[in-house]
Amino acid sequence: MAALQRLWAILTKEIRQLRRDRLTFGMIFGIPMLQIMLFGYAINTDVRQLSAAVADQAGTELSRQLQSRLEASQVLRIVARVDSAASLRELLDRGQIHVGVLIPPDFERRLQQTTRPAAQLLVDGSDPIILASARQLVSMPLTMDTAARLEPVVRLFEVRNFYNPERRSAVFVVPGLIGVILTMTMVMFTAVAIVRERERGNLELLINTPVSSLELMLGKVLPYILIGLVQVTVIVLLGAQLFDVPLNGALGEVYLAALLFIAANLGLGLLISTLVGTQFQAIQMAFFFFLPSILLSGFMFPFDGMPRVAQLIAEALPLTHFIRVIRGLMLRGAELGQLWPDVLVLLGMFLLTMTLAVLRFRKRLD
Amino acid sequence: MTGAQQGNSTSELAIEARGLSRRFGDVVAVSGLDLQVPKGMVYGFLGPNGSGKSTTIRLLCGLLLPSAGSARVLGHEVPGDAERLKHKIGYMTQRFSLYEDMTVLENLDFIARIYGLSRALRRARISDALQQYGLGELQHHFAGTLSGGQRQRLSLAAATLHRPQLLLLDEPTSAVDPQSRRDFWDALFALVEQGTTILVSTHYMDEAERCHRLAILDRGVLVADGAPLQLMADMDCAVVLVESSVPRKVQRALAAQETVRSITQLGMRQRVLVPHTVGRPAEHVRGLLLAVGIEAQCDDTAPSLEDVFVAVTQASRSEKAA
Ligand SMILES: Nc1ncnc2c1ncn2[C@@H]1O[C@H](COP(=O)(O)OP(=O)(O)OP(=O)(O)O)[C@@H](O)[C@H]1O
Ligand SMILES: [Mg+2]
Repeated sequence: MAALQRLWAILTKEIRQLRRDRLTFGMIFGIPMLQIMLFGYAINTDVRQLSAAVADQAGTELSRQLQSRLEASQVLRIVARVDSAASLRELLDRGQIHVGVLIPPDFERRLQQTTRPAAQLLVDGSDPIILASARQLVSMPLTMDTAARLEPVVRLFEVRNFYNPERRSAVFVVPGLIGVILTMTMVMFTAVAIVRERERGNLELLINTPVSSLELMLGKVLPYILIGLVQVTVIVLLGAQLFDVPLNGALGEVYLAALLFIAANLGLGLLISTLVGTQFQAIQMAFFFFLPSILLSGFMFPFDGMPRVAQLIAEALPLTHFIRVIRGLMLRGAELGQLWPDVLVLLGMFLLTMTLAVLRFRKRLD
Repeated sequence: MTGAQQGNSTSELAIEARGLSRRFGDVVAVSGLDLQVPKGMVYGFLGPNGSGKSTTIRLLCGLLLPSAGSARVLGHEVPGDAERLKHKIGYMTQRFSLYEDMTVLENLDFIARIYGLSRALRRARISDALQQYGLGELQHHFAGTLSGGQRQRLSLAAATLHRPQLLLLDEPTSAVDPQSRRDFWDALFALVEQGTTILVSTHYMDEAERCHRLAILDRGVLVADGAPLQLMADMDCAVVLVESSVPRKVQRALAAQETVRSITQLGMRQRVLVPHTVGRPAEHVRGLLLAVGIEAQCDDTAPSLEDVFVAVTQASRSEKAA
């Protein structure tokens, strides 16, 4: 009873202080909104509208058709027309275009032959994503009206795309973004929450009261669980509104998974707070943890493509498991029960970090 | 002391420390401290900066682990039994440790809840405290906007809400003006009247003089303890008041003398400490000055607590140097 009262006292105090801390309070909403804009709009692995220049040395009906086909594909946006390969190279070097299209004078004759490609693509391959996008063009069938008789040089694979038929990155990115944002805010907020009291001297008074380590930790953590769930709501709503991100699974299960993930992150934040002395160190450590999370969890790059060592590290990060769960729930319409191995890992991570944090936290100054 | 007497006296002791020591790396903050604080009195802690006052207080609350020795506070072994002690003690930290982004009232309410006071008790105690410590008009102000003295009143109010039997106050009046300091001490004596024991550290001699008993610490060592009057009576130095037109010259002339423990200038006058081992102190000092051609009026005078403080801290310093 007294324990509950103390827990409640800490919890309400925390919320009150949080309400007054405009910056932190702003971040609760600001971070999800900013990130969803950033990742939703700017980060796009399916690149379109690459700036391009054309050197049309053939100048025939067919070569002009090729150009309009290229533009219609939306992969390229023709920004300049030049007359030589050297000029294309020049534009590439200066970074004004990413792709140069060279149509040689004997373009039509080359089209008849199957031994040589008819035209050349000069691609700024420094960004692999651009290269990959431009590669799509290589196999673009030249089934133009006049060339309808021609067999395409390369046999195209039939691509069947299940979960994101329009191949929009946002659909794939947003569910993972829930995890990224929660990792970023939850770990940092809790790590800082305890350290701040230590830095400001409040802890010396607090640990001299009957409050127990567990009460203190829980009282500090509970308000942030609420905040985490608010953030999940913001992201899911914005994702649906702005990017038509589907929610194929049950909403309740999305929240349940998020809750578990939030708890694991809060436990980690508390653990960090028992390891560092200043808010600055806490933020650094949270960041130290955040970077591999964002890079290795499968959020940015496919998990399967990573080297074994990276995969092992990734398995130790809560975000990796959450991303699997949340993509399953939101995009594939899976049920939580089908995803139990990752769910269990998250639960285990929460219990482990929380226990370690409570054990490590001493009501002492040394 | 016989065993029987000791048994009797322990129950009357709020704090008993035996050989309490604490080091931080190479720094020995508290060294072999033996301390007895009887119940129901104001016990003062006097000592220069870094002498280990705060560290001792923290050791006594169980906030720091001792490197050696142990303490018994209100019948609880510290640090082993510190948790059960927390309900019974109030601690006012040297640095302001309430929440600056909460109001006076919110802070008091938070502390009252943490100590598990019922709603009715909270209301009564908080309104008492607001009145007693003159915080009524400030109750909706943020603690961060309070002046130094107001903060310290708030801290004391917070430390006493749960009516602790023992109050540990670490420099509670360091930022308080003289009038407020008197009020503050009146409040302390009111608490003592209700049976509270108070351990208070201070740098002010006038405050030290108001304590029932005093301990003087220097570099972590207890160099003197007793009632203020007793300490003055027991001093191993005599005080000579020197008055001359050339105080700086007097200073230089006496500073090198082996029999002069310390010189404190007060305007045109100087307080000179000489050991009791030289007979007739005033004559002795006059002689020393005449030898270098300075005419000065020298009179014996009664020692003050500051003289005691200077004498004992200087003594421990020269011993260390020797
Ligand atoms: N946490 C700590 N880590 C390292 N050294 C410490 C620590 N706390 C205290 N000390 C050292 O112990 C010594 C005693 O410090 P303490 O704070 O107890 O002195 P004090 O008497 O309270 O001084 P003041 O009058 O300035 O408050 C100092 O030399 C200080 O540097
Ligand atoms: Mg101190």
